[in-house]
Amino acid sequence: MSTLIEGLFNGFSIGSVLLIAALGLAIVFGLMGVINLAHGELMMLGAYATFVVQNIFKPLGEPWFSLYIIVAIPIAFIVSAIVGLILERGAIRFLYGRPLETLLATWGISLILRQFVRSVNWLLFISIGVFSLLFFGGMELIKRRSDWERIKNKVTALLLVLSGGIAIAFYSILSNNLALTKAWFSTRNVDVTAPAWLRGGTDAFGFQIPYVRLFIIVLTILCLIGVYWFLQRSTWGLKIRAVTQNRTMSSCLGIPTAKVDALTFALGSGLAGIAGCAVSLLGSVGPNTGQNYIIDTFMVVVVGGVGNLLGTILAAMGIGVLNYLIGSGTLALMFTNIKAPQAVLDFFFFFATSSMAKVMVFALIITFLQIKPAGLFPQKGRTAEL
Amino acid sequence: MSNKTGVQIKKKKQRNKIIELGIITTLVIIMAIILPSIIPAFRLRLIGRFLSLAIVALGIDLIWGYTGLLSLGHGIFFALGGYALAMHLNLQIPEGQIPDFFNLYGVKELPWVWQPFYSLPITILALVIVPGIAAGLIGYLVFRNRIKGVYFSILTQAALLVFYNFFNGQQKIINGTNGLKTDSSRIFDLVVSSAGVQRTFYIITVISLVLIYLLCRWLTSGRFGRLLIAIRDDETRVRFSGYDPTGYKVLVFAISGAIAGIAGALYTVQTGIITPSIMEVAFSIEMVIWVAVGGRGTLIGAILGTMLVRLGQTFLSESFPEIWLFFQGALFLIVVTVLPDGIVGWWTSYGWDKLRSLLGLKPSLITYPSLVEDPDVQQERKEMSEQ
Amino acid sequence: MSKILEIEDLTVSFDGFKALNNLNFSMNAGELRVIIGPNGAGKTTFLDVITGKVQPTKGRVLFKGRNIKKIPEFKIARMGIGRKFQTPRVYLNLTVRDNLDLVSNQNKNVLSTLFGRANNNETRTVGGLLETIGLDTKANLSASLLSHGEKQRLEIGMLVAQSPDLLLVDEPAAGLTDEETENVGALLLSLAQSHSIIAIEHDMEFVRQIANDKVTVLHQGALLCEGKMDEVQNDPRVIEVYLGETPD
Repeated sequence: MSTLIEGLFNGFSIGSVLLIAALGLAIVFGLMGVINLAHGELMMLGAYATFVVQNIFKPLGEPWFSLYIIVAIPIAFIVSAIVGLILERGAIRFLYGRPLETLLATWGISLILRQFVRSVNWLLFISIGVFSLLFFGGMELIKRRSDWERIKNKVTALLLVLSGGIAIAFYSILSNNLALTKAWFSTRNVDVTAPAWLRGGTDAFGFQIPYVRLFIIVLTILCLIGVYWFLQRSTWGLKIRAVTQNRTMSSCLGIPTAKVDALTFALGSGLAGIAGCAVSLLGSVGPNTGQNYIIDTFMVVVVGGVGNLLGTILAAMGIGVLNYLIGSGTLALMFTNIKAPQAVLDFFFFFATSSMAKVMVFALIITFLQIKPAGLFPQKGRTAEL
Repeated sequence: MSNKTGVQIKKKKQRNKIIELGIITTLVIIMAIILPSIIPAFRLRLIGRFLSLAIVALGIDLIWGYTGLLSLGHGIFFALGGYALAMHLNLQIPEGQIPDFFNLYGVKELPWVWQPFYSLPITILALVIVPGIAAGLIGYLVFRNRIKGVYFSILTQAALLVFYNFFNGQQKIINGTNGLKTDSSRIFDLVVSSAGVQRTFYIITVISLVLIYLLCRWLTSGRFGRLLIAIRDDETRVRFSGYDPTGYKVLVFAISGAIAGIAGALYTVQTGIITPSIMEVAFSIEMVIWVAVGGRGTLIGAILGTMLVRLGQTFLSESFPEIWLFFQGALFLIVVTVLPDGIVGWWTSYGWDKLRSLLGLKPSLITYPSLVEDPDVQQERKEMSEQ
Repeated sequence: MSKILEIEDLTVSFDGFKALNNLNFSMNAGELRVIIGPNGAGKTTFLDVITGKVQPTKGRVLFKGRNIKKIPEFKIARMGIGRKFQTPRVYLNLTVRDNLDLVSNQNKNVLSTLFGRANNNETRTVGGLLETIGLDTKANLSASLLSHGEKQRLEIGMLVAQSPDLLLVDEPAAGLTDEETENVGALLLSLAQSHSIIAIEHDMEFVRQIANDKVTVLHQGALLCEGKMDEVQNDPRVIEVYLGETPD
């Protein structure tokens, strides 16, 4: 019995991480019909932000170091939210109404972000700053001209080439300076040490409950409450819900849909950042961290359906628990205990690795979709035309 | 009136067909006969690999460009074809023996899935049919529930990950992460990696590419092709017109999967090894971008895009290995935002006219046919040009 | 006369909201029936049920005496029900001729579409239709180049090419100029000679033009009244739901 409870508990804690990540994804998907393939990388950025905060707090010593995680969570949220905002304004907003192309574009972003954390150094950082200053500053200046509409395309191209060229030249001139070109993060994975009060665990139900996992579950509940409150009680939440249901009408009623889109995307990205912060407590963090979680997160959205928080919660917990129970061999063990037939045992032992568990869970998801193709709680209603 | 234009259009179509046939023949002669004798063997092998990738791209164009289904999981079918042929090649050993790697895991008997691959004809059949059926099955389970759009894309991606995990985890059946090597195997008593065999595979690749291109042309030109476009544009309308879109989508997805299988087999023998890493998420998405660069819904664009991107990749990743991913990411972004119709699309809608105007030719105007035949309009035009 | 469509006690509810409520309806073969009703009366849901897009919660729909419950849309379409949508839905990236050709295809399973070619009969149908809808000069243009009215006509042509027994037409006059409206009306009237038609419409002028047979008024998902146009127009209940007041 206690193995089952332990299994369930661990499953819930995995599901919690999925849930925070999927929340952001589901809100964005519900609002804009966009699946963000770079969502995993936004998680990864949150994890790296946690790592940086930890390193800043380390020299301060105790008791400050114990508190770094409290600071890291909002920082992770803000970093990912800002990057998300830039992505939305810089690329995704041009692709609304073309969801498949958005998938490809966000994949491109995901590649760039992964390479970025590998090769980022002060010089690259400054060069990007120089480029942005020249390009966007130049654009702002020229935009004031009255014949802007006419020369728009040519000027943009020219400015892009010019500022790009200057930035690259700047980079190559200074590239011999070792202090500037030292990479911020090593190409190998980095480790985040949990603060002392999160190490260890408590005994209950006949097994040890690690504090870290408890912390993540609590964090998830807080995020859920926060998101629920924001969507249901705040004015911006109301606007988001309005645009989700009827974009054209909302726009006619004077809701700034572009702002709502940007805000929602930032919110979703920020949640990914918090998920990343949670992930960093569970294991080491690398440029590919996001990729490990992303597909499970997508599956949560597929199973949970769009526009319903409860669906997302159930789907995340279901997938997390199943993945753990099958993958850790808990199920196989339980069937051994009740002396199930050999064929059943062989079957469950065959799937009792974390990668084979994914095979089984996917088969279950596909089966589930045969019964409920639109997810747990499909949106019903009189669709005038579909 | 309209009859005359109909005849004109027909004539023009016939002329275009002849021109196209001429171009294809010339290209085949250059690629299959002249090229192998002038460039070194390892380069030829590289081009052979690119051409086999162009074959997958054709399959992707069929489902994405024409039918509007974005598959992010074509690596599955590619790998299935590759594994089928690799298993056959690994079985070309003295009777009673089993491939070496089985010893590592203490497997003494050949797993049953390997048995059919002793025979070459069955293998060739399998490398088309197995991926085709796998694709058909996945397609059927998804399409029959009217799951489409982004949902379909991420489900194919999840399926890809599942296959990847499965192949990685099954050491005792297909050597897990290490994959299957084909270079030192023998086929018809010749070493697979020898120059002669490789050249043969190269020529087979060129021929397959042409045949599959023609197959896709045939599929997309008739009623079937128009129905695919109709499904892409408005699936509900198709259903209310009395067609069942599910059947069509399953069939076209299965064909696309089978094409990927052939490509995978040809790619594997010209690489020398197949491992589950061929089913990494990144590779399958790359396939889509080849089509996007060339221009989707054009077929020729798929081939062109694949060759350009792969050549560029070879060059750039050799020169700037560290920041290659930046280039690739930027490529995805730029193609989608700036060049949504790809190179071929840009050329036909914009580039061709631009070139004509540079050469001082008149731009070709599309007007209503009735205008062309209206004597009043003609008279007016004449007067205008005389002034 | 035989009934082409009978609807008995039809209820459709979405999460408790009844879009159609115990609706009874029947029409004869060869009839042109106009359905009117204020917004939210359930007109479009009514068509959704007949075409199989929405399943009835209660009650049944008989088409030519056959219950269409759980028959998928494409099979219902093959049984002989054609539907025109509110906004014109044609295949924008195909030419006008191809649009008609796809629908006129008599054998719509996968293999015969793959290997088959248009037979003489179908080619002739398409040619004739192009003239009927007045688009023969634009036959080889892509449908995306057509104007709104031309698209409406093309879609009606596509419906006819399907050679259904029952045509469902959802607001055919929406967004058309007066002249175009009259054209579409004439087209519908000429089609009514050989087909049964249900037309849903808001535009009363247009309704007067085409309503030679009965008119049905829906209100809040149920049948309010049924009869000739002038009877319906003077019915106090109809005036009440449309104008919100009872006449003295």
